[in-house]
Amino acid sequence: MTAKIKIATTSLAGCFGCHMSFLDIDERLLKLADIVEFDRSPLTDIEHCGPCDIGLIEGGVCNSENVHVLREFRNNCKILVAVGACAINGGLPALRNFFKLEDCLLEAYQDGIGVDNPQIPNDPELPLLLDKVRPVHEIVKIDYFMPGCPPSADVFWHYLNALIEGRDPTLPYELVHYD
Amino acid sequence: MSGTLCIDGIAVPFSDGQTIIEAARSAGVYIPYLCHRPGYAPYGSCKLCTVKVNGRTNTACTLPAADGQTVISNSPDLQHDRQRITQMLFVEGNHFCPSCEKSGNCQLQAVAYHQNMLDNHYPHFYAQRELDASHPDILIDHDRCIFCNLCVRASKEKDGKEVFGIAGRGIHKRLIVNSPTGKLKDSDISVNDEAAHVCPTGAILVKRSAYLAPIGARIYDHHPISEVACEKEVIKAGEASGYPSCDQTKLAQNGGPDSHYAATMPPAPDIKHDR
Repeated sequence: MTAKIKIATTSLAGCFGCHMSFLDIDERLLKLADIVEFDRSPLTDIEHCGPCDIGLIEGGVCNSENVHVLREFRNNCKILVAVGACAINGGLPALRNFFKLEDCLLEAYQDGIGVDNPQIPNDPELPLLLDKVRPVHEIVKIDYFMPGCPPSADVFWHYLNALIEGRDPTLPYELVHYD
Repeated sequence: MSGTLCIDGIAVPFSDGQTIIEAARSAGVYIPYLCHRPGYAPYGSCKLCTVKVNGRTNTACTLPAADGQTVISNSPDLQHDRQRITQMLFVEGNHFCPSCEKSGNCQLQAVAYHQNMLDNHYPHFYAQRELDASHPDILIDHDRCIFCNLCVRASKEKDGKEVFGIAGRGIHKRLIVNSPTGKLKDSDISVNDEAAHVCPTGAILVKRSAYLAPIGARIYDHHPISEVACEKEVIKAGEASGYPSCDQTKLAQNGGPDSHYAATMPPAPDIKHDR
């Protein structure tokens, strides 16, 4: 038996909605599981990425940890795919780009309505926030982009099938959606 | 003057005074555009409709059709340029489709879908732009303005008012409102004005009209803009069009930097595949 295709996935500044949509391929997951094996992914709890064939990145880049994870994926994955609106253009988290970071923190943790025990979190274990949320292609080279908020299960299926078979993924008109 | 021009191998008839884009549209041949609108004077600012006419680069929305013109619209390099232009529009403003009321009915988005644009390629500007929600019936979200000037032209030429203008140049360019406060509520605009309805993006919206059509029933959910714009099945090069095809070899004879496409030009992308 030939070795299984290795796939790693992660959610950076995302909502895990793209991962949920991925799971929406439903019973096709069984077919997929016959030929692929998951490395680092929220589905496996593997902490660090080993050499992989395909890396799926959900979410944009909002803090220092996101940068490290993204670089780890780039260093280990032959093919890196930006998955969903946030990875492609920053998406909803990037709406904070129109405010000063300090103002966002004050609003969320100090001055906002209903905040108990107001204090800005500063535990050294917390990754530092970037000044602005950035799309992943501004940090590392991205090979393919999967648009959608989230990309539908059929988009995942189209892309993974193409990549596994060694083809360039193409999407029919009705699967290209930014929303 | 009237006659026939040749667009991507399709013989397209035209009548007196038509531009290339108008002649193409009447014949069901789609050339992408955003700043053009049927019934409006030629403007030529967005450059999406750039084509090669007898080997020279021109905007199809401003160049009058002439007998015997050989027009290349769907060549790989022109399609590549169109995608880059569209990507620049996306990164220069703030186009977050998932939270936009116009999504699914948006010409900018539809043009990008038509090009199978899957990423924005360039670094994002995240430009700081204000929202003007002052008017009781009309909203301006400057984040989504692409400076096509359609609202400016509609207000002036169709509504007989001068509500909108474009100020500044380059990256400082911005849509301004002709009122003492600069706010839309103090301007002459009314919700029945054409200027309130011509925006090709979600920059000028009529309030209380958002999300009326569910996903699946929006303008571009099932029909590419190439079909919607031509209001009939789009003609693909090489297909029976009702119009005779014109001689591809003539393209090569006309020379110009694109003449090498004449022999190898692929058919127009099949926008209906897999449906």
